[in-house]
Amino acid sequence: MSVSVQNLSVAYRSRRGDVTAVDNVSFALADGEIMGLAGESGSGKSTLGNALVYLDQRMKATGGTVTVDGRELPIADTRAMRPLRMTEVSLVPQYAMSALPPTRKIGKLMTDLLKSHRVGDQRAVMTELKRRLELIGLREDVLDKYSFELSGGMRQRVTIIMSTLLNPSLLIADEVTSALDVSTQRAVGEMLLEFRDRGFVKSVITITHDLAILAQIADSIAIMYAGRLAERASTDAIVNSPLHPYTQALIASLPEVGVRHDQVTLTGIPGRPPSLVSPPAGCRFRERCPFAFDKCTQTPPFVEIEPGHTVACWKASDERGAAAGRAGQEQAV
Amino acid sequence: MSTLKVDQVSKLYRATSRAGGLTPALRKVSFDLPPGEVISLIGESGSGKTTIGKVLLRLVQPTSGTVTFDGKDIAGYSQRGLREYYRYVQGVFQDPFSSYNPIYRADRVFDLVRGAYFPKISAGDWSAKIEAALDAVALNPADVLGKYPHQLSGGQQQRLLIARALLLDVKVLIADEIISMLDASTRVDVLNLLVKLKRQGLAILFITHDLSLGNYVSDRTIILRHGAIVEMGATEKIFGNPQHDYTRMLLSAVPELHKKWQRTPVGAVPAAVAASTLTQASLLDELTHAEQVVKRDLRAVFGGSRAVASGKSQVAVALEPPTLREFEPDHQVADPE
Repeated sequence: MSVSVQNLSVAYRSRRGDVTAVDNVSFALADGEIMGLAGESGSGKSTLGNALVYLDQRMKATGGTVTVDGRELPIADTRAMRPLRMTEVSLVPQYAMSALPPTRKIGKLMTDLLKSHRVGDQRAVMTELKRRLELIGLREDVLDKYSFELSGGMRQRVTIIMSTLLNPSLLIADEVTSALDVSTQRAVGEMLLEFRDRGFVKSVITITHDLAILAQIADSIAIMYAGRLAERASTDAIVNSPLHPYTQALIASLPEVGVRHDQVTLTGIPGRPPSLVSPPAGCRFRERCPFAFDKCTQTPPFVEIEPGHTVACWKASDERGAAAGRAGQEQAV
Repeated sequence: MSTLKVDQVSKLYRATSRAGGLTPALRKVSFDLPPGEVISLIGESGSGKTTIGKVLLRLVQPTSGTVTFDGKDIAGYSQRGLREYYRYVQGVFQDPFSSYNPIYRADRVFDLVRGAYFPKISAGDWSAKIEAALDAVALNPADVLGKYPHQLSGGQQQRLLIARALLLDVKVLIADEIISMLDASTRVDVLNLLVKLKRQGLAILFITHDLSLGNYVSDRTIILRHGAIVEMGATEKIFGNPQHDYTRMLLSAVPELHKKWQRTPVGAVPAAVAASTLTQASLLDELTHAEQVVKRDLRAVFGGSRAVASGKSQVAVALEPPTLREFEPDHQVADPE
């Protein structure tokens, strides 16, 4: 396992006390795996991604461990994290389109990066950089330009190049395709695949609210709801046989190309996610869930129901348990 | 019949960058928006789709061409005429969070309408009107009235803005990317609301870059590229049988849940500088940035930006869009550019 996150909790300090935005989250990524992390706004998906790279002053890790390549990351110690950023873990920030400072040329930003990480053989890295630019169809002269001279898609790609220049083991890509046109979206999505295939990054966590794009590029998908993981499985299982009612509703609310309102009426999910300031006890999707029953007032455990398919839902685990029980009885008979 | 008619509308923007020059944002765009019809206007960034919305709302003056509503040119409206126009034609925009003033309660948008259009209405009639409008957008008054914008979800905010438009005798709604910032779970509610309003006779211009959303709600579709219409017609014809290369390229890039993109994996990492394997990527950049190319062409033809600005008739030539031809009934395709 190249990346392993165990029982991670992250809180925001606020005047009304700590708000736990990421609550006891555990998952693991294999080498070369691209995991999609999806959820509604406010579900804590960006907080989770950021916490693995940089905890800002408002955030604090309240528990859990993160291991990358067998080494534990000191995520709570921002100074100790510094040499590990860009080399072990790296982030393509949300709004990467505006993440590039407008007063410096792209090439200068790249050399600054190498200097601050005390890279010995800068020339070799710069050669590699030019090779990568060429690979994704950007001309070398972008290095001589300011960020505002580039289109949104070009800026996005430059940011990804920069974040992966020192070949990190884990790349967090936060909403990298969100503000882009479909055609540019596809180019950026394929760029992530390409970089993984060529080993520029070992594993990728890509954070988005767009399940359709994850269906294209992710090997597995984790669904987050109100600070907790609701379901995690292979992309195929999430898209075709989701078990958590929230995942099912999310999939059902997506219009597909070719579907018209006079043929199929799509349905949304009524209600809103609960406030994380004082979250309700038990399953947090309970209020909006069409299948909720009395057991849902207890917090459902995040259990593996099938190999590689983990769900936090009483209904799903009870049904599977019952099915397994029946199968066991039949075998006994 | 209150048809909004767009006739040969062009718009040139003066660029503010160092390069200067003029950017043609719209090139002789013509279409009708009849009552009870949803038209999706689809295009990438820089295609001019938002500019069309702004021209229809008279927020932007077209360089040439006319927009008529009920047979009257909207450019000729006086201030009072314009206010009457807004009684019938309203817009809702992409970012609900910046459509509200965060200092005031969200329902202040209703009070502003009351002050401008219904100064003499009684308090009872007014709250009945608000309740009817909120009911039409499926909002519970207790959930939204008296709340601040940050207390509402993005979907609630967008629906509140649509309710605000419904307070007036709105006949045409310009919906510019109104659901692209919403979560999947709430965006469907707003989409279904548009369908419901359309059935009640509202004309809607649904501006989007998301083809699957456009396809879901609209009767007719216009594909815009570099400010010119490249394909236009009945939605099922455009999506079922796209003719223009650009439309096909857009459709092939749409991420779908149950269908993977066709991708040719690259082999081993070449030792020397690799040939551009993701040629599509570079191609796409040229596409999205073709407006710049057009601009450069303009300068090449007329030498310097000043010449472009002064030579109005010459600009008119450069603004010429590709010719639209009828491919089948209710399906027009432009010649390749």
